Amino acid sequence: MKDVKSITPDDIIATAQTLRWEVGDFHEKIMEAIYEDAAHIADRAVTRPGEERRFDLDRTIDKVVTSKIWGFPLMILLFALVFWITISLANYPSALIAELLIGKIYPALQDFATMIGVPWWLSGILIDGVYLTTAWVVSVMLPPMAIFFPMFTLLEDFGYLPRVAFNLDSIFKKSGAHGKQALSMMMGFGCNAAGVISTRVIDSPRERLIAMITNNFALCNGRWPTQILIATLFIGALVPAHFAGLISAAAVVGIAVLGILFSFLVSWGLSRTVLRGEVSTFSLELPPYRPPRILRTIYTSIIDRTIYVLWRAIIFAAPAGAVIWLISNLTVNGTSVAGYLVNFLNPLGILIGLNGVILVAYIVAIPANEIVIPTVLMLTILMAGVDKYGAGSGVLIDASPAATKEILIYGGWTLLTAVNLMLFSLLHNPCSTTIYTIYKETGSRKWTAVGAFLPLIIGFIVTFFVAQIWRLVANIF
Amino acid sequence: MTDRRRQQAQPMPSEEICATCPVHNKANLLKLGVDMEDWDYVVALAGNPNTGKSTVFNALTGLRQHTGNWPGKTVTRAEGGFKYGDHRYKLVDLPGTYSLLATSLDEEIARDFILFGQPDVTVVVVDATRLERNLNLVLQVLGITDRVVVCLNLMDEAKRNGLVIDERRLARDLGVPVVPTVARRNEGLDQLLQAISDVANGETKGRIYHIKNESPQLKEAIATLTAQVKQLYPDLPNARWVALRLLDGDEHIADALRKGELGVLTREMNGDDHRHLEHKQEVA
Repeated sequence: MKDVKSITPDDIIATAQTLRWEVGDFHEKIMEAIYEDAAHIADRAVTRPGEERRFDLDRTIDKVVTSKIWGFPLMILLFALVFWITISLANYPSALIAELLIGKIYPALQDFATMIGVPWWLSGILIDGVYLTTAWVVSVMLPPMAIFFPMFTLLEDFGYLPRVAFNLDSIFKKSGAHGKQALSMMMGFGCNAAGVISTRVIDSPRERLIAMITNNFALCNGRWPTQILIATLFIGALVPAHFAGLISAAAVVGIAVLGILFSFLVSWGLSRTVLRGEVSTFSLELPPYRPPRILRTIYTSIIDRTIYVLWRAIIFAAPAGAVIWLISNLTVNGTSVAGYLVNFLNPLGILIGLNGVILVAYIVAIPANEIVIPTVLMLTILMAGVDKYGAGSGVLIDASPAATKEILIYGGWTLLTAVNLMLFSLLHNPCSTTIYTIYKETGSRKWTAVGAFLPLIIGFIVTFFVAQIWRLVANIF
Repeated sequence: MTDRRRQQAQPMPSEEICATCPVHNKANLLKLGVDMEDWDYVVALAGNPNTGKSTVFNALTGLRQHTGNWPGKTVTRAEGGFKYGDHRYKLVDLPGTYSLLATSLDEEIARDFILFGQPDVTVVVVDATRLERNLNLVLQVLGITDRVVVCLNLMDEAKRNGLVIDERRLARDLGVPVVPTVARRNEGLDQLLQAISDVANGETKGRIYHIKNESPQLKEAIATLTAQVKQLYPDLPNARWVALRLLDGDEHIADALRKGELGVLTREMNGDDHRHLEHKQEVA
């Protein structure tokens, strides 16, 4: 006989099981009861206006921005506008900062080092390596970020991003992914690591994995500046000056849209092969439009995003600068270590329309995509062995946009290199932070490896074909 | 007690009068940011997605958690501190959820914290324009704990939509303090702080909410099981809720019951040291 006093947890659980079968549909019933209570209480507390609302602005805006016909064109136009403003405004402050940090402070630092008799290798590492790379990062990245991020944050605060997610939702479902992936992708446009974490809103593990693996196809903070810079230098330059901003903006939007397409495509591929399963449904709530508080938004987006990204770039750029200087100046049999690396990777680089320097830069930049272009510049100068810029190995001397382009062209860049760099910047392995986040979230080495290598492989394939077709067409004409 | 609070919740008449009013005590608020040493009370912020939890969090702690106009922004817990009156509070911003029935990771984080983290006060931030749907969550929280303050946020939008909300009736029906706020513009935060402190210090007592519209069969099942849970853990304040979860086949709660974790909670709840509760549920 069971003693009443010594009831055990297992007894209780067993009773619960039995009772559950008796009641049947317990979950439904309890939800219904809660809903009924909530409705009753809310009804008592809220008085609704007697008259119909005359004009609902929110609904009117929603009808347009989520319309089947106008939704996508409007979205593309809006983003194009944001980039156009960024590109047209960023050049001037970039040149000013470069003039100050590199034109004025850099020689002053060198003079000072000579004056107090710092050994050449130490001033090399510190001034030519660490300082210059960092200065370059600041002058090239700060202006576009300070313009782009506040505008993007304003769109977010206004409530536009969930509408974009709403527009994309049905396509995601068609590709066998969860509609909420549209939301995590929106987060990815800021930071892929954050995007990967935000996939937690997706209940089904299958769909969550798809969302994590494809998050990298959303261009992140670290890659926007690269896209904007290269588009401005190479794509914008193809057309007369007054169209340049517009065309560059279109190119950046094109890359971003391509990223979204890849995200669909890869989701589709995964959900039909290794990650097969049912598609979950969910309801996406469109929040009301809220007039953004402009000053506050500008303040927080500069503090939260601009300074954060810049700081991250500087933290990674400083040691990278030292490393680049070192591998440029350590020689074995008359060739620098960097030289060996670049020469080794060059054939592969050329095959996919890039070059060895760019591939080395992408290896150096695994911790942070932000420093790809600075690394490319430093290595290009080294490889060309230029004293033209008034400096020795591993040193760059001018960072105004015009001079940047000159250095790149000197390094053998063509329009194809620029286009493929933009493609490769979209399609390559995520940064180490994101890879680590995928590992933490999935706890699986296998899926982390897929997340890291899948985009890289796609990147190689795409750039390879673009390069081959480009060269074929160029030969015909 | 509660009457005083409700009067304070009225819109403020004018600047000078306010300055003399005892509730004008934002001056007593010290934003501690991430400095969370030696806190006296733990306050959890729960609520549906996109109701302004992070905005409230930032306003009270002085931190700048990124806020965005979109559901599902906060998926991890953010923590910060503030000092109000003589006490130091640790504020934990939970992911926004529509329910606590834990079908996804974010819901589980929120639910587990309210249940196992044993916050001294749970503030449920509610979207005043969507009261009915938001109350579903409030009722579920009220099943777990009576130490609740309802923050009726986005009052400006409710007004714009022509909604009139009788927060006193709402407070009476729910049995816990209800504070109307516009967190974006720092309106009503004084009263919110006062309500939090009242509940934390035990000056305001709420009551556990029991769902009313149940079928007789359901009622009986719940009663039977609640009695058994109470027999095992006589001090458990939310035995009825535990019974509900067990009936729903919630493995998590069944596990907690087996491991005796619910018992630990009971002791902690009556007693003193919250500190070693420092959330075991780090989510991987």
